[in-house]
Amino acid sequence: MTTMEETKAGSGSLFGFLDRERTVAKPGFNRWMVPPAALCVHLCIGQAYAFSVFNLPMTRLLGVSQSTPDDWKLTQLGWIFSISMVILGISAALFGRWVEEGGPRRAMFTAGMCWASGFLISAFGIHIHNLWVIYFGYGIVGGCALGIGYISPVSTLMKWFPDRPGMATGMAIMGFGGGALVASPLSVWLMGKFATASDVGVLKTFIVLGCAYFVFMMVGAAIVRVPAPGWKPKGYVAPSAATKMITKNDVFVYDAVKTPQFWLIWVVLFLNTTAGIGVLGQASAMSQEMFPGRITVVAAAGLVGLMSLFNMGGRFSWASVSDYIGRRNTYFVFMTLGFVLYITVPYAGGTGNVVLFVCCFLVIVSMYGGGFATVPAYLRDMFGTRYVGAIHGILLTAWSAAGIAGPVLINYIREYNVTHGVPKAQAYNTTMYIMAGLLVIGFICNYFVKAVDARYHMKAEGDTPADLKTAAARA
Amino acid sequence: MQNEAANTTHPFRVFLAWAFVGIPLLGGVFQTLLNAVKLFQ
Repeated sequence: MTTMEETKAGSGSLFGFLDRERTVAKPGFNRWMVPPAALCVHLCIGQAYAFSVFNLPMTRLLGVSQSTPDDWKLTQLGWIFSISMVILGISAALFGRWVEEGGPRRAMFTAGMCWASGFLISAFGIHIHNLWVIYFGYGIVGGCALGIGYISPVSTLMKWFPDRPGMATGMAIMGFGGGALVASPLSVWLMGKFATASDVGVLKTFIVLGCAYFVFMMVGAAIVRVPAPGWKPKGYVAPSAATKMITKNDVFVYDAVKTPQFWLIWVVLFLNTTAGIGVLGQASAMSQEMFPGRITVVAAAGLVGLMSLFNMGGRFSWASVSDYIGRRNTYFVFMTLGFVLYITVPYAGGTGNVVLFVCCFLVIVSMYGGGFATVPAYLRDMFGTRYVGAIHGILLTAWSAAGIAGPVLINYIREYNVTHGVPKAQAYNTTMYIMAGLLVIGFICNYFVKAVDARYHMKAEGDTPADLKTAAARA
Repeated sequence: MQNEAANTTHPFRVFLAWAFVGIPLLGGVFQTLLNAVKLFQ
């Protein structure tokens, strides 16, 4: 891992313009320039949620009009997204400290390079028809871009908006939800433009997307700035004493993971995400099976679109609400309201109430997004601002774990019910009750989140093991 | 250090930055809304 000292040593080199010191804002810089910089990155990497639009065309790369035996199968292609999500969590955890110490521009630049490379390597993989190259390109290189890009603007935004940290990170993380809304129609349009009688157009679409995302992310890296040390917004008065649940102290990243608070929040995020991701991934099939003949394939697609909007909107609105009611209370709302909504879904299915069913799903998915957007500010309240990006990176492993647990829970329990003679319309009921039960556990974990013990607080500026080591070496 | 200095960033730059991310995002939202309308038809 690169420390601040090593980063400084790199100044003046070819990539000196990426250094944190070169991104310090001059007096009078408008802080409202920073959220668009963050959105430049999050809107691009949010494309990951729309990767499924390539799945069907990629099963016809050789046959073009229909799949041939040598064409890739959907099950094989599904691994591309799964690998990228697992690598997202791992890379965010591994590179979190490097992102925090190297500054947002270096991280955004790296994320942009990796994201564009991921697309270009995948295009090469299509050219030579080797799926392993795509697993490496989009899955691993692109996954690193997802992890680094996702956490890159988080702590910077909270430093620029100490008065509204939830809203600030909510804006960026909303971009991740919105990225799919942009990427999905754009990808379909590009594939349509490039498709010929002998080509489905995926290769050229990957090249164009890789180049376009690179430019977009470089704009973000160019305009991002960090506030000068001690900067505060005009008129902002920091609370004179730390409130019970908002610390004024910083906790070093590797000390944070030793605290029960970190793991309690990890479990809370894991459970909230598991519950939401299961519903989000299966909404189309579930709605059609629970309301046969009433929700058609087309209507189900409309529901999925509407859920994407609520996923995105929930990120901004719930995170903004958390600035007023507090992070812990926001999660209490997620767990309590989520519990009520999950047990209402089987009732809505049983009574054939489509409107109630749709409303339940929309609020659930808004809280799924809200959970992601509120958690950086929750970590900042617990562990301070200094290493919040790195701590957030490690916490994102909860997302990777939930990405496996959520779909597995919902699919296997449905399968078990159907094979044991439960009608398809009621096959999801057990899962909904299990999800509600998970949220009860989440509620209990959230209840036990208290202020971090003072022994974990950093004593002074430069109180990291790396800083102490450097100081000892100098002495 | 309180930010007492007046904003020196030109408002047009701020507008441009927001338009750069806002236009594609709004385009995506509009497309999604068009698809979502099918749920109510």
